[in-house]
Amino acid sequence: MANGVMTQTQHVSFLAEKGFKSWILTTDHKRIGILYLITISFFFMIAGLMALGMRYELMTPELDFFRTPTEYNVAFTLHGSLMVFFFIVPGIAASFGNFLIPLMIGARDVAFPRINLLSFWIYLVGTAILLSALLQPADTGWTFYTPYSIQTGTKVILITLGVFVLGFSSILTGMNFIVTIHKLRAPGMTWDRLPLFIWASYATAILQLLATPVVGITLLLLIAERTFDIGFFDPAKGGDPILFQNFFWFYSHPAVYIMVIPAFGIISEIIPVFARKPIFGYKAIAYSSFAIAIISFFVWAHHMFVSGISETAAAIFSFLTMLVAIPTAIKVFNWTATLYKGSIEFHSSMLYAMSFIVLFTVGGLTGVYLGALAVDVHLHDTYFIVAHMHYVMIGGTVMGFFGALHFWYQKWFGKVFNELIAKAAWFLIFVGFNVTFFPQFFMGYQGMPRRYATYPVEYVSYHSLSTYGSWILGLGILIMTVNLLLPLMRKGQPESSNPYGSLSLEWQVPSPPPHENFKEIPTVTDWTYAYGKK
Amino acid sequence: MSSTAEHAESHAHGHGLGETVTHNAAKFGMWLFLGTEILLFGGLFATYALFRAKYPDLFHESHKELDVTLGATNTIVLIFSSFTMALAVSASQKRNRKWLIILLAVTFICGAAFTVNKYFEYSAKFHHHIFPETNIFFALYFMMTGLHMIHVFVGMGIILALIIMARQGRFAEGRRYTPVEVGGLYWHLVDLIWIYLFPLLYLIG
Repeated sequence: MANGVMTQTQHVSFLAEKGFKSWILTTDHKRIGILYLITISFFFMIAGLMALGMRYELMTPELDFFRTPTEYNVAFTLHGSLMVFFFIVPGIAASFGNFLIPLMIGARDVAFPRINLLSFWIYLVGTAILLSALLQPADTGWTFYTPYSIQTGTKVILITLGVFVLGFSSILTGMNFIVTIHKLRAPGMTWDRLPLFIWASYATAILQLLATPVVGITLLLLIAERTFDIGFFDPAKGGDPILFQNFFWFYSHPAVYIMVIPAFGIISEIIPVFARKPIFGYKAIAYSSFAIAIISFFVWAHHMFVSGISETAAAIFSFLTMLVAIPTAIKVFNWTATLYKGSIEFHSSMLYAMSFIVLFTVGGLTGVYLGALAVDVHLHDTYFIVAHMHYVMIGGTVMGFFGALHFWYQKWFGKVFNELIAKAAWFLIFVGFNVTFFPQFFMGYQGMPRRYATYPVEYVSYHSLSTYGSWILGLGILIMTVNLLLPLMRKGQPESSNPYGSLSLEWQVPSPPPHENFKEIPTVTDWTYAYGKK
Repeated sequence: MSSTAEHAESHAHGHGLGETVTHNAAKFGMWLFLGTEILLFGGLFATYALFRAKYPDLFHESHKELDVTLGATNTIVLIFSSFTMALAVSASQKRNRKWLIILLAVTFICGAAFTVNKYFEYSAKFHHHIFPETNIFFALYFMMTGLHMIHVFVGMGIILALIIMARQGRFAEGRRYTPVEVGGLYWHLVDLIWIYLFPLLYLIG
């Protein structure tokens, strides 16, 4: 596909330089990607432990693990805020986005390497603020809804300030990626040859730029309301009681797609390689990311059907919500069509990609249920929502993230993990995830509300099943993590720089790639997915 | 997008990116960032619209407390500073170091004058016991002008950095003047937002 290709022979890997300073002051996009990867994985583990604690509490109807209900509230607030703002929003976009975007488009780095490092530092400042908030944690849930976030005695300001700072990091990264994709593509890397991960990253970056400032100002308003005793959100002082929800979801619904669109990109990269077929419906997949990005700005009020918005508004938002399902379904159909008659190889990353299709479809379709007005009134704030959201976030984004870890592992670190153990871990994760969250659809449908530490005894069988599932899931993730960490401590090098026979540019350089990626900028002469042509 | 041509040029410069690529990329990046700034203020403008429609009388009565003369003076000061900033960018393109420094300094002084003016305005409000918690109009007044003020400070910091760089000869012949142009874009945004804030807050009919 490209000339100017390097061989796996003599080269100095970007990982060669050692020492703390060489990492914390690096402007190499691949190293910054690793810094993000380490940080987000750390928060994923912390927030995951919180979830295990919550599940353990819910094993029985009484309060037995946590000392007070507030402790339980703190646990789910931290679980939600850490997972959303510190893991899943920056997750794939900042880690794999940083690593892959310049490599895939044939550039030596991002457009602004120093701003790239700056946004990582800002991210660290945000995490530092949030970690200090751990000492006096808030109990508002990750949504910080007023009026409770104004009235509660816990430290809401610190945690919102942390999220506000993270917003800067997100904006700078998004800006950097858009400029990189526009200005630094290699000769011949035209828009219709771009890898789909690039298209997905582009759509994500647009969402980051357009949505993040709005949550920024919302959190500033919240901080001002608490500090100066203003009444923007307090009807007793002439404020608007649902203004906060409108603002918050104007960001946070598009943010859902910031979380998941990069995973769409990853799936579109993995599937054609292991199906040995050109991706089906390239343009449809590329453009549907943009359709999702645009429509996602007009659906926010579906989070507020029971908050007292007008019936007309509710009906319009319900319709628009169902509209998002169309571009999303286009992607699912195209991935399935790519698999059709392919010679499929079940590499561990492919197993994650295929689980993604199944689980994300469950999450997506239950989202359509929830978009239907009458159904939503019944299911609002129940475990049905919890299950739906986790099917999208874990079944979707996290499966994509794990798939990416296994797929690009050799490329990124120049090591090989044990494929058999990887498959076993995948099996535990897949089973554990479904055992944890599938029962939650049923108990939610039967009326079990979310965010309670105690519950009526009739839900106990669902809850304990779900808790057992969380242990299987946790075990699977533990095995996967160990399996991916062990090779890093051993010597050794992959036999080939392109073991899966991918045509994408990042596989045409050695593993791990050298500093500045390409000795000579390659000239691209063919489509990224031209499998089976040669 | 003439990316092929741009890349051909970047080859000529070895491993670094070419001049044109860097210049265009920086400008493009700044424009994107300015878009996010507008959305940041957009949240406040939306809040303003909501409450002004809800309480037209309160807004009308409260706005009489604001000093139109001071506000108008500040508007003129900022528009003038945008003019000098535009001239500074032009001077940097013509490699005229002396005028570049003078014009940047004038722009900086305008920014400083704006903040001094604003300081007197704020203290007069506090003196009359008007605070953000007085009513929703003043809450918005302090938040909108306060957030704008932060932007003025950041802009002044950028201009100061540009003056120092210009004195070091960083924009001399054969070197990039991109920072001046990008800094100028930011300063124009600061000006532009004030042009909206002034009528919305001071001139409610």
